[in-house]
Amino acid sequence: MRSLAIAAVVLLYVLHQDFWFWREARPLVFGFLPIGLFYHAAFTVASAGALWLLVIFAWPSHLEEE
Amino acid sequence: MIPALVVFAYLGVVLYIGIFAFRTSRSNSAEDYFLAGRSLGPTVFLLSLFGTNMTAFSILGASGHAFANGIVTFGLMASSSALVIPVCLFAIGTRLWALGKRNHFMTPVQMFRDRWECGHIGTVIFAVQAALLVPYIIIAVMGGGTVLRAITNGYIPYELGGAIVSSVVMAYVFLGGMRGTAWVNALQTTLFLLFGTIAVFVIGGGMGGFREAMEALLASPATSPLLTRERISPWYFFSYTFIPLSSIAFPHICIFCLTARNVTYFRKTIVLYPICMLFIWMPSVFLGVVANQATAVPAIQAKLEARAQLATQSAALTPDARAQLRARAAGDDVILRLVDGYAPLWLAALLGAAVMAAVMASDSQILALSTMFTEDIFAFYQGAKRFGPHMQVITGRIFVVLVTAVAYLIALRTPQSIFDVATQYAFAGYASLVPLLVAALFWKNSTKWGALATTLWTASAVAAVAVIQNYIPPPPPGTSIVVWAIGDWEIVTRGATGTFVTGMLPVVPMTLISAMLMIAVSLATKDFAKPSDATLSRYFRR
Repeated sequence: MRSLAIAAVVLLYVLHQDFWFWREARPLVFGFLPIGLFYHAAFTVASAGALWLLVIFAWPSHLEEE
Repeated sequence: MIPALVVFAYLGVVLYIGIFAFRTSRSNSAEDYFLAGRSLGPTVFLLSLFGTNMTAFSILGASGHAFANGIVTFGLMASSSALVIPVCLFAIGTRLWALGKRNHFMTPVQMFRDRWECGHIGTVIFAVQAALLVPYIIIAVMGGGTVLRAITNGYIPYELGGAIVSSVVMAYVFLGGMRGTAWVNALQTTLFLLFGTIAVFVIGGGMGGFREAMEALLASPATSPLLTRERISPWYFFSYTFIPLSSIAFPHICIFCLTARNVTYFRKTIVLYPICMLFIWMPSVFLGVVANQATAVPAIQAKLEARAQLATQSAALTPDARAQLRARAAGDDVILRLVDGYAPLWLAALLGAAVMAAVMASDSQILALSTMFTEDIFAFYQGAKRFGPHMQVITGRIFVVLVTAVAYLIALRTPQSIFDVATQYAFAGYASLVPLLVAALFWKNSTKWGALATTLWTASAVAAVAVIQNYIPPPPPGTSIVVWAIGDWEIVTRGATGTFVTGMLPVVPMTLISAMLMIAVSLATKDFAKPSDATLSRYFRR
């Protein structure tokens, strides 16, 4: 699971470079949010998820004992 | 008048926080003053760390950048930071906390000196870190003067406004130390979170809904590119992901990592950091983009006209005329203008307090500089031994007063543009110093000579970029001046918005070369400069 958590963070770093929505404004999500902006808002929420995996499965617990 | 009263009430509250922190401090030790006794709880740690990272740019600059460049601002600056900064806190911040607690470190330079068994090289690192930090403090003094003048409609002049804001910051840092600063930063983050969410709903209602505004922006060829990223290159976008690396290398962030009572408090901060980014940056960026449709607000209409003139006549203008037009088109105050145009008075008052909180974000930097001077210079060069440990806190407090006073005097005499450039490239400088932290914490074979090479390279690279920025005027938008080329390959160029290296921000080559120098010089010197086994065993236990 530790490797999975680290892989999720690396994958997100790659997914930040979303060239697939580069020149597209539509669809407007909720009627007013350009797709490129919505993607990065969703990316930010996904980052919180990946970081949660990281602190659960890859936490440097040896530091707590020091 | 009401916004001005609310701003003064805010200044009174933060001053009281400083006094309260002073009264509640448990001892007069350096650790208590500079690090709040390593005792901050999880909520204050999260809100304050976040607030420490947010400068005036987050609320004002982000919306101004989005006004001119569109939705790309969020991807460039917010979503990348939402991932990279917490990862750095996870990998580096937690280890700094553990080492700091075990070895009683209070600054990164103390750790570097111990880790690489060096003295004066640590002083060089201190000098570079301090030189990159000072412009932020000066900019904040200037911001304080400007904001108070604007909020009181010129009743309080710039000089007096700067003096008032500087005095308040100096007072609560002087009295409350890290505890007072952390509480003020926690209040600041709460204000940002409140303002952003409320502002979107109120301004959206005032404009008659965002749906119509977005459709109108899409219908116009001049504004539709703001809703995509077609005007920038993927390489440029990628290079921005290096900027958030700087966060963990800023001395005030490094030092703040040492203040948590328990390392587990990092957990909540790491997971919730992206959510805080979303709640503060999304309203700023979104409102900045939408402001392009707020033509009913005269001040915004004037900016749009200046931008249109810049786009059509730029090539025929002199550099001075172009700079004036660029200043008129700048959008750093678009949120203020939107609030003027569409929001009720109470929201304007809340915004005034939020803006004041943003420009007062220099508190952590002043305290960090004071901690660094006291620990890395005064105590290291025998001051603590000669005068006793109680003099450390007194020295720290004197330094807080001196730094603030000098920053104020410089702010009165020097054009802001010089410091704007300095802060712009300080991010690249701190990102370029990250290999120091990584090597110290994770690489046994790193040496003090590798650290020196990395530090000197960073200082030279920042200076070189600043020289290019200052001496080569920006060309018209869409064009660039070649500064250095090999054959047809343009390596360094000066564009309308800054300096570029092979089309990317300078931060990318600066950080990569910095890492390579650390590796190459350490490998070349490890036979005679590798620290002793006793030192290494304290850093690498397994």
